[in-house]
Amino acid sequence: MEILANLAHGFTVAATPFTLFLAVVGCFLGTIFGALPGLGPSNGVAILIPLAFTLGLDATQALVLLTSVYYGTMYGGRISSILLNIPGDEPAMMTTLDGFPMAKQGRAGDALVISGVASFMGAFLSTVGLVIMAPLLAAIAYLFGPAEYFALYLLAFLTLGGVASKNQAKAALAAALGLGIAMIGVDNATGMPRFTGGNLHLNDGVDFLVAIVGLFAIAEVFIFIESHGKNSAIGVALDKVSIPWRDLRSTFGTMLRGSGIGFVAGVLPGAGASLGSFLAYMAEKSWLGSRGRFGTGDPRGVAAPEAGNNAAAGGAMVPMLTLGVPGSGTTAVMLAVLMTLNITPGPLLFSERPEVVWGLIASLFIANIVLLIMNVPMVKLFVKVLMVPAWVLMPMVTMVSFVGIYSLTGSYFDLVLMVGFGILGYILRKLDVPAVPVILGILLGNEMENALRRAMTISNGDWTYLFSSPIAIGLWIFAIAGFVAPFFLRGKLKKPPVPATDDLNED
Amino acid sequence: MKKTLFGALLTSAALTFGAGSAAYATECIAPANPGGGWDFTCRQVGKLLYDLKLVDQPVQVTNMAGAGGGVAYTHVVTERNEAADLIVAASSATTTRLAQNAFAGMTADQVRFVGAIGADPGVIVVAKDSQFQTLGDLVEAIKADPGSVTFAGGSAAGGFDHMKPLQVLKAAGFDDIRSVKYIAVDGGADAITQTIGGFTQAMTGDMSETIGFLKAGDIRILAVLTEERVPGFDDIPTAREQGFDVVAVNWRGLYVPKGISDEQFNDWAAKLQAVADSAEWKQVMMDNGLAPFTKVGADFQGWVDQVVAETVTLSKEIGVIQ
Repeated sequence: MEILANLAHGFTVAATPFTLFLAVVGCFLGTIFGALPGLGPSNGVAILIPLAFTLGLDATQALVLLTSVYYGTMYGGRISSILLNIPGDEPAMMTTLDGFPMAKQGRAGDALVISGVASFMGAFLSTVGLVIMAPLLAAIAYLFGPAEYFALYLLAFLTLGGVASKNQAKAALAAALGLGIAMIGVDNATGMPRFTGGNLHLNDGVDFLVAIVGLFAIAEVFIFIESHGKNSAIGVALDKVSIPWRDLRSTFGTMLRGSGIGFVAGVLPGAGASLGSFLAYMAEKSWLGSRGRFGTGDPRGVAAPEAGNNAAAGGAMVPMLTLGVPGSGTTAVMLAVLMTLNITPGPLLFSERPEVVWGLIASLFIANIVLLIMNVPMVKLFVKVLMVPAWVLMPMVTMVSFVGIYSLTGSYFDLVLMVGFGILGYILRKLDVPAVPVILGILLGNEMENALRRAMTISNGDWTYLFSSPIAIGLWIFAIAGFVAPFFLRGKLKKPPVPATDDLNED
Repeated sequence: MKKTLFGALLTSAALTFGAGSAAYATECIAPANPGGGWDFTCRQVGKLLYDLKLVDQPVQVTNMAGAGGGVAYTHVVTERNEAADLIVAASSATTTRLAQNAFAGMTADQVRFVGAIGADPGVIVVAKDSQFQTLGDLVEAIKADPGSVTFAGGSAAGGFDHMKPLQVLKAAGFDDIRSVKYIAVDGGADAITQTIGGFTQAMTGDMSETIGFLKAGDIRILAVLTEERVPGFDDIPTAREQGFDVVAVNWRGLYVPKGISDEQFNDWAAKLQAVADSAEWKQVMMDNGLAPFTKVGADFQGWVDQVVAETVTLSKEIGVIQ
């Protein structure tokens, strides 16, 4: 009951005409930031910070604007993943795997609607989770030490090979490449720069956004130029958007599972939305086993990662608000904004500044509904941004990529690096090596190494520390099972796949 | 088509806004992304410089992130060495990195440190149910078995947070500081989480990072590393009064290019002093958990030189630099 009263209070704070206006503007801008390759949630939010200060917004209003942008980018990222095979931001990466094949089969509209609804489910359920369980969930962070984090990342890593549907060795190669790139930069455990060649710009390592824009967007431009548009993803048609009720029903279970996994991944500090969408996709893939047609345009392959990444975005708010520990790169930016607004997130935020917390939560609900409307019935409006003739779109993608990356650091170096990644992406495409595991390797490799190094410091180099808690042991079992199971299932997989419609009741 | 143009325009407008364009006003470079400590310094000091009519036009804040401030530092030294209308945000992290040669060969004497106008006090923290009641208890436990205590902190190994416990142990006469265990996590709050979770035995960080957890009763601050007790937290003892003569504060201040005249340098020093003395700045400090710490001009430069020399010695001992 108390929760409902608080929530009602939150709505009175958030539902003024001006804050609603900010929510709509934020959602709109966020969806566009998300849809444009090169602009992701963290620079979308960062770009709007000066605006929030200039307009003299108070704490609640500023938070409403920034969280609407954050949620908006999570929705928007899928649009270019599906239509262009270029993830609009890093969490939308997994959506390319089945979203683009669907678009090629002429089902772009269905993919957009399914992923839009999945995004809504993920975001909505995780906001509910945030309301009910935030104080309880904060305690989860106390249960995760270096050993547990290492096992968690290991779990993700051992299932990476399964990302590609065709050639697992190539996926593993790509992951190893990403892992290698992750080693660049200052080593946290010793403070020494590694593989930077004395170049200061590499001290902070390679930014995922630079890698992702290079590997996907810039590589796409090269492919486009080479083939005069024939082999390029650009130009997938979208005729009409109707609501595929059958698919929505059949992916409902997927959305629920994806939301649950994404939310937990979001709650864990450091894991973030990318891990959420990745784990949601992989879990769904192994859950369905041979019954899924993942990688070839399975609607569930679109629903799972989108529910996962949006749920993770909500989950990431939990540690940010209750502990002051950012659960993702974007929440790190938002945390900084909170501090500047003289709000100190932490165990006391819920009791000391209830109007801020509950106003924020209410605005998340509002933003979600606005976003559902923008992204399902009105999705064509955003699609139009990407559905222009290739001779307009390609220069635009290139320009936005450069401007977006430059806005991250204001350094020419990252632009050069991005072009370098573009060339790498082109070569990988030619060799038929998937680019998604490269990014996951960079993203997860860093965190996994840090966790291992911390564990070794704490335990004085005793490796048994890695198996010292029930949580860690549980994660290890999952990790090993996830790695070994495909070998035993291989025989089973060769059987003709059961038609997708047959498994509806089993979900 | 219209929508496309609109989208593109909107985006580029927003971007221009974010990046900021150069004008003929004073420029303050924040060597990090918007929202961090350096950005805060630039925006607050910049605002007060203008509000107090110390400069004619609003101060332009430029964010130049990269290499923990190294990118901005290199930029100032190599390209803006004589810019009299340029100030750059700095903190303890800047001098620590300079002392450890983390800016690719750049040294601390290539710019002039013009002043610090506030500081976030260093603290040593344990979980509420920790066996350690005083800083002395913790130090004795490490002396007896260095492997028994791990510190968690928000900076990389060799960074400022790592230095704080090492300075305390040195002051206690413990010389084998390489055996002291430290793990670098993502920020002070994360370090506290690991300590409350029992994965590490103590946390080293800035006071502002700990206040929420302190009020909630999840942690105890064993010592604050300031000269005097911090106003508003009068029940927290300093390391000094517990017999460990260490002062380590994360100061917030500015540097200016080396090539400007002494007159221009002193002019900036005077302006910073005026900001530090203003009632508005005192309010900003109170709101943001900063303790008073004002040193400007030659006085500050001298203090920085001394801190850099100490950091070099300590860093060599732990092997961060040769």
